[in-house]
Amino acid sequence: MKDSFRGDLVRLSAVDAESMAKATVAWGRDSWYWRLMSSGIAQPYSQKASQKYWEKVMEEDSIHLYQFVIRSLQDDRLIGEIGLDGVGWNHGDTFVGISIGERADWGKGYGTDAMRIILRYAFTELNLQRVSLTVFDYNPRAIRSYEKAGFTLEGRARQWINKEGQRYDILFMGILKADWLRRQQHAETNP
Amino acid sequence: MDISKSLYEGERICLAHIDHEKDPEIESKWTHDAAYLRMLSPEPARPLSAAKLKKQYEAIEKEMEEKRNLFYFTIRLRPDDRLIGFARLDWIEWTNGNGYLRMGIGEAEERGKGYGTEALQLLMRYAFHELNLHRLTAVVPEYNPVAVHIVQKAGFTEEVRRRQALDRDGRRWDLLHFGILRQEWQARSEQ
Repeated sequence: MKDSFRGDLVRLSAVDAESMAKATVAWGRDSWYWRLMSSGIAQPYSQKASQKYWEKVMEEDSIHLYQFVIRSLQDDRLIGEIGLDGVGWNHGDTFVGISIGERADWGKGYGTDAMRIILRYAFTELNLQRVSLTVFDYNPRAIRSYEKAGFTLEGRARQWINKEGQRYDILFMGILKADWLRRQQHAETNP
Repeated sequence: MDISKSLYEGERICLAHIDHEKDPEIESKWTHDAAYLRMLSPEPARPLSAAKLKKQYEAIEKEMEEKRNLFYFTIRLRPDDRLIGFARLDWIEWTNGNGYLRMGIGEAEERGKGYGTEALQLLMRYAFHELNLHRLTAVVPEYNPVAVHIVQKAGFTEEVRRRQALDRDGRRWDLLHFGILRQEWQARSEQ
């Protein structure tokens, strides 16, 4: 078996509240990063507040949360984070969330690569049946990346977000284990 | 609309507070009805004691007080105030003006009488003309056609179909997200 935490461009590695807080506090200085990530109120967080938040989340949600940081293979830099949150064990469903922090690292395929790694983990280690995500309609780059990783659009919650005096939709996407397996077989027969 | 018209009282039912003394016993009976629980929630169905429910009610009121993003009501029959169900607005995002709506008629012999529809009307008026939300979401499993009918009749539109997100009775089912915008509700209620 190959190293399942390693992709072509990135690897997923262990997370702790301190490094997570340090990274997200820095990335959160960019309000656009925050708005792509969350429908909540953008505001700067201190290292202390952020660390406290991550400590709490990781402790309380330990059986529903599988959180990783993303490191580039080239220089082992911490460039992003990805996590399965809200794992519903009785139905084999989970949500996934991902972000690449610095604008200079966007559009290079890091996110798509990390998503491929975590889908393999979700379907073949956690043995889940599907993975869900939400993305905002003002984030076409992410939508394209999710489609490349195999997600299908399952609908849109209209006018969910109110930013800059405008309404934006939230898109729901999902991938079933069966979809994923079909893609794996296809990739093997058409390398 | 008449500003003096009661927000809480429908023709036959009303929205009211929790009775910490009497309600836990009654709701405990409902939780022994697995079919009811499965219609309401993806959480594993399990019977709960009155003592456990008492704690849950306390947690609900604590959350209402601290987070200010949950509004919980009991549904009671008029005029004798007998508890028959619950209705709640959850996870409200104030800046975006959205929230989730959940409700149930726990008392089995009171189902199918239109009380749910009546409660839904009250709850929507509360959400749109008291909380001034912009949209509401109701999440309904595919295997609950009664609920699908009720929300569609009330003006909700199916926005998202999360394929095979639920596993019950040995097969997988879709989870449906319905949405209604304030202006849609308003146009209907002016008719």
